[in-house]
Amino acid sequence: MNIIACVKQVPDTEALIKVKPDGSGIVEEGIKWVMNPYDEFGVEEALRLKEKYGGDVTIISVGPARAMETIRTALAMGAEKGVHIDDPSLYGADAFTTATALAAAIKTLPYDIIFCGQRAIDDDSGQVGAVLAELLGIPQITIATKLEIVDKSVKVVRPVEGAQLVIQSPLPCVITAQKGLNEPRYASLPGIMKAKKKPVDVKNAAALGITADIKARVVKTVPPPARPPGKIIEGEDPAQKAATVCKLLREEAKVI
Amino acid sequence: MAKGVWIVAEQRDGALRKVSLECASTARKLADQLGEEVCAVLLGSGVEAMAGQLGKCGVDKVYLADDPAFEPYTTDAHAAAVAKVVKENSPSILLLAASAQGKDLSARLVGKLATGMASDCTDLKIVDGKLVAVRPMYAGKCYGEVVVSGSPQMASLRPNVFPVVENAKAGEVVKFDPGLDPASLKTKVLEVQKDTGGALDVSEANIIVSGGRGMKGPENYVILEELAGVLKGAVGASRAAVDAGWRPLKDQVGQTGKTVSPNLYIACGISGAIQHLAGMSSSKYIVAINKDPEAPIFAKADYGIVDDLFKVVPEMTKECKKLLAE
Repeated sequence: MNIIACVKQVPDTEALIKVKPDGSGIVEEGIKWVMNPYDEFGVEEALRLKEKYGGDVTIISVGPARAMETIRTALAMGAEKGVHIDDPSLYGADAFTTATALAAAIKTLPYDIIFCGQRAIDDDSGQVGAVLAELLGIPQITIATKLEIVDKSVKVVRPVEGAQLVIQSPLPCVITAQKGLNEPRYASLPGIMKAKKKPVDVKNAAALGITADIKARVVKTVPPPARPPGKIIEGEDPAQKAATVCKLLREEAKVI
Repeated sequence: MAKGVWIVAEQRDGALRKVSLECASTARKLADQLGEEVCAVLLGSGVEAMAGQLGKCGVDKVYLADDPAFEPYTTDAHAAAVAKVVKENSPSILLLAASAQGKDLSARLVGKLATGMASDCTDLKIVDGKLVAVRPMYAGKCYGEVVVSGSPQMASLRPNVFPVVENAKAGEVVKFDPGLDPASLKTKVLEVQKDTGGALDVSEANIIVSGGRGMKGPENYVILEELAGVLKGAVGASRAAVDAGWRPLKDQVGQTGKTVSPNLYIACGISGAIQHLAGMSSSKYIVAINKDPEAPIFAKADYGIVDDLFKVVPEMTKECKKLLAE
């Protein structure tokens, strides 16, 4: 099988996010960068399919020079090769532009199945996988928690509000990975050593024959609205504290 | 010239989803500022009666396509039909729900319509005739104001944030031919496995009672379920509780789970790791119950109780029962 996994480098979930005083974005200094956790599930699933059915896994990422670390991490987990799309015109681009770049790179490769994370935990947009599928003219199954190859198709479990759907799609298709799909492996030390020698193609927008056409732009970044200071409920015992808070929720907050 | 504020109405199992009324009400507000009309796209089989409900929340016109191929929802059928009717009418704004179905459909439409979208928005406004969307990023660690220059300007609305406002309009039904090509319908829903117990999803609940590591084990969540039951809410969980296997993944609140904005969030035995706080800080009211007075969750709480949750929660359940019976 020819398998592709798209990855994005994002700030670690434990990172404190500070907004630049002029609202033009976040302060990047001091941030620890990691592979988007949802993309890790995609990479892991790609590796498991390769181990079961043979073939190879190609990692693709759009991002600045530092995104190479994330590609190497995926190679250290066991992928064969990488494509790094690095072009200043694509930094912080919207889903349509990012997917256009990914599609341009993927069209030059053979593929049976493509994995993306269901969303990146930085911009939380959750669009790239589906836009990519549309640009390649293939089906999508988003938010997959279980996956199985059946002949030349894929059977996927997708949770929705109050139910789980079992959906089947012919290959090739795009799958967006959700937590629960698998438990991603850690890169082994030999894996990390080997990854250094694995091939990664670096391409810019011109090499892909695309120009950035950004259709959704974050014009201002602001800190979250401050919450008013709260109060600690005093009382003799748990019962009294419980009674006080319930009364406040009913009479002051009016939420119950 | 693009004109009209459009929504895609979402229905499941013969009922319109509440979030679609939130979309309709929001669309009405934006359309009144622009002096444009509100149209809804409604897809399904035997769903014409729902047009009236949309009309009540401010929809002037309902573009209806009735076809068994729309049930159950598949990306292929719905995206093709919505893209067709949108291209024929070129609205200026297109709104969808940021629900499981809406997220799947809206992202595919971004590709089909070659435009941009602000997803999972918590506020929408018109500035100089253009839509400006406000949305949490980094799971709410900061917020972004997004301007879409593509057409239509697309946004998806976080459920439970925008009010439902009654504002009766005609809700006139316009039938259209979705022009579905059976060969293009590639994905199939083989099975719908309903969750047992009919529990409310945390993303749709007005009240969430959530438990973390302090719950000590899966068997203790019954006290949270009892309180949630009395309050007609849902039970949520921290990443620690989900990773320990105490609670299902779908209940996880936080940066690698769901970001929620209920009216009331009751955090029990949750210390407040930054990635959890990010996922629930936009709740209207937060109650924290924790034995550790230094727990970071107290910094976000409107009401904090420093005590043993195993004693406080059952007392709250009793008290709420009493108050709600009054």
